[in-house]
Amino acid sequence: MKARVHVTLKRAVLDPQGQAIGRALASLGFDGVRDVRQGKVIEIDLADTDREAAEERVRAMCDRLLANPVIEDYTVEMVG
Amino acid sequence: MKAAVVLFPGSNREGDVEDALELVTGRRPVTVWHRDTELPQADLIVVPGGFSYGDYLRAGAMAAHSPVMREVKAAADRGVPVLGICNGFQILTECGLLPGALLRNAHLKFICRFVHLRVENSDSVFTRGYVAGDVIHVPVAHHDGNYTADAETMARLRGEGLIAFRYCAPDGEEAVGAEAVAHNPNGSSGSIAGILNERRNVLGLMPHPENAVDPKLGHTDGRRMFEGLVAALG
Repeated sequence: MKARVHVTLKRAVLDPQGQAIGRALASLGFDGVRDVRQGKVIEIDLADTDREAAEERVRAMCDRLLANPVIEDYTVEMVG
Repeated sequence: MKAAVVLFPGSNREGDVEDALELVTGRRPVTVWHRDTELPQADLIVVPGGFSYGDYLRAGAMAAHSPVMREVKAAADRGVPVLGICNGFQILTECGLLPGALLRNAHLKFICRFVHLRVENSDSVFTRGYVAGDVIHVPVAHHDGNYTADAETMARLRGEGLIAFRYCAPDGEEAVGAEAVAHNPNGSSGSIAGILNERRNVLGLMPHPENAVDPKLGHTDGRRMFEGLVAALG
């Protein structure tokens, strides 16, 4: 079973990398880009067979290591 | 004063802080490896600068969960002074010994230069070698030094006098507006360069006082931190 974790900076936290990407897109002529937030994707391959239990474990992984709750939010997506 | 310096794969300033400590104590600190599950008897524990674990995931995140950090946390809980410099500061926030977090520098660049700091509080073993209001000149070298914390934490840091150092203009004034870019090198909230925990036995700071201790290298403002520690800890 596979899990895909998306980690992004919280809305309240300034994302200077996202802003730089936004400016670069504008300079390439892509109009109307209102906001860009950069984050990371972490794919985890699990031996688990119970989907619910696996998701629970991945959330625990996020809380303990994969995301820093002071500055980041995360979403967990169970795939495959 | 017996000091222990924690070494992770990717640390690179451990030698500098060991030299600085040896200069003021006459005694070489003990180096402790990240896999060690016991700390030697020490009056001071230093988590040095560098790029532990290559800054994988987030700066300091992997080191924060290493076996030796469990021991460092336990020692801090017993009241042993713990000093985290640069990556060491990042590790101390990641492992929960200090509040807040260190984001990518606001201007996205790695910064390696001298900065001015104002000593905000001299009431700790780390800062007693200074007088509150002193302006010191020390280097920074980091990519992720942009301190942030929620409003409640910021209010508590200010209210309880837990801000140890702020970036400032050469005259000690807090840098604001256009000046902020010149004097607050990474965009830190409240120009924060270093903070203490509530008990004041843990200090984390981004600048490198250990690189300003020897007159042969032109700068000595960092030396008083180590002299103050010796005065406090024997």
